[in-house]
Amino acid sequence: MTFELPLLIFLVMTAAGAILVKDLISSVFILGTYSFTLALVWALLGAVDVAFVEAVVGAGLATVFFLLTLFNTLEKDTQIRRSPMPWTALLALPVVALLLLYGAADLPAFGDPGSPASTHISPVYLENSVQQTGTPNVVTAILMDYRSLDTLVETIVIFTAGIACALILRKGDS
Amino acid sequence: MIQAHDSVIVRTLGRIVIPIAQLFGFYVLVFGQYGPGGGFVGGVILAASMILAILILGRHQPDSGLVTKVLQGDGVGLLIFAGVGGLCLIGGGQFLNYTHLQIPGLDEASRHFVGILLTQFGVAADVAVTGVSIAISLSSANETEEVPHG
Repeated sequence: MTFELPLLIFLVMTAAGAILVKDLISSVFILGTYSFTLALVWALLGAVDVAFVEAVVGAGLATVFFLLTLFNTLEKDTQIRRSPMPWTALLALPVVALLLLYGAADLPAFGDPGSPASTHISPVYLENSVQQTGTPNVVTAILMDYRSLDTLVETIVIFTAGIACALILRKGDS
Repeated sequence: MIQAHDSVIVRTLGRIVIPIAQLFGFYVLVFGQYGPGGGFVGGVILAASMILAILILGRHQPDSGLVTKVLQGDGVGLLIFAGVGGLCLIGGGQFLNYTHLQIPGLDEASRHFVGILLTQFGVAADVAVTGVSIAISLSSANETEEVPHG
């Protein structure tokens, strides 16, 4: 609990910095810092698999892709000039934030064993996955065995992303 | 084509870091059933190490051939995943129900274990190849724009 509050403050700071900074390359690096901080938060909350994915994809691969994209741009393209925020956004954003906070008050407490998420089907997985699949890591057992069709479709999505990037970005030399 | 990096320091460091990163990626991929990790993360680490290799050591093949081969590898990863599901169908069960993988001498849990391992390899191949192909696509857009206009 002692580390969570500073991490959350740092998370908000990096998120704001990535939006407010003038140079896009700086923004990319601050975004990488944001992902890494988010990974630390996931790890503290006990979701190690999510933290691993966030650290590797958000702080690693996405940063590389952003940088490779920015290398193709000129310096005048990466300097952003922002118009001042319209008054409707200034009015609407606090209202939405208050609504979200109001909604979050009704969420079950963190780690509550009586919450719907922990009573519906999670106990079945937790109790049976080792006997049924021989896999001690429940997350992998769920992703790859119980929910393998979802994972297959996710893999198809990644495959499609690769093909779409190749089709859109590669021009000439047919 | 990306040229090799000029600096000796960068190339030497790359020669040390890249094999370690690939070994770690493979470890994460295989160890995903016992700890955090799995096919997706392992594939991304493998992709990152290969992108690092491309950026540091350069690429000596013309673009079109390499990207075509890379995209074929992309299909192979998906084919492994769907193929395991198809083997379950052939074995007399539902799609991706690893109980019906017809491997003699294995009980039900071990069949699930093998099925999970195989599909993880499929996901890792798909993710790694997709990452590399996106990186190649992004960097090859650079080369076409280097042609001076007028």
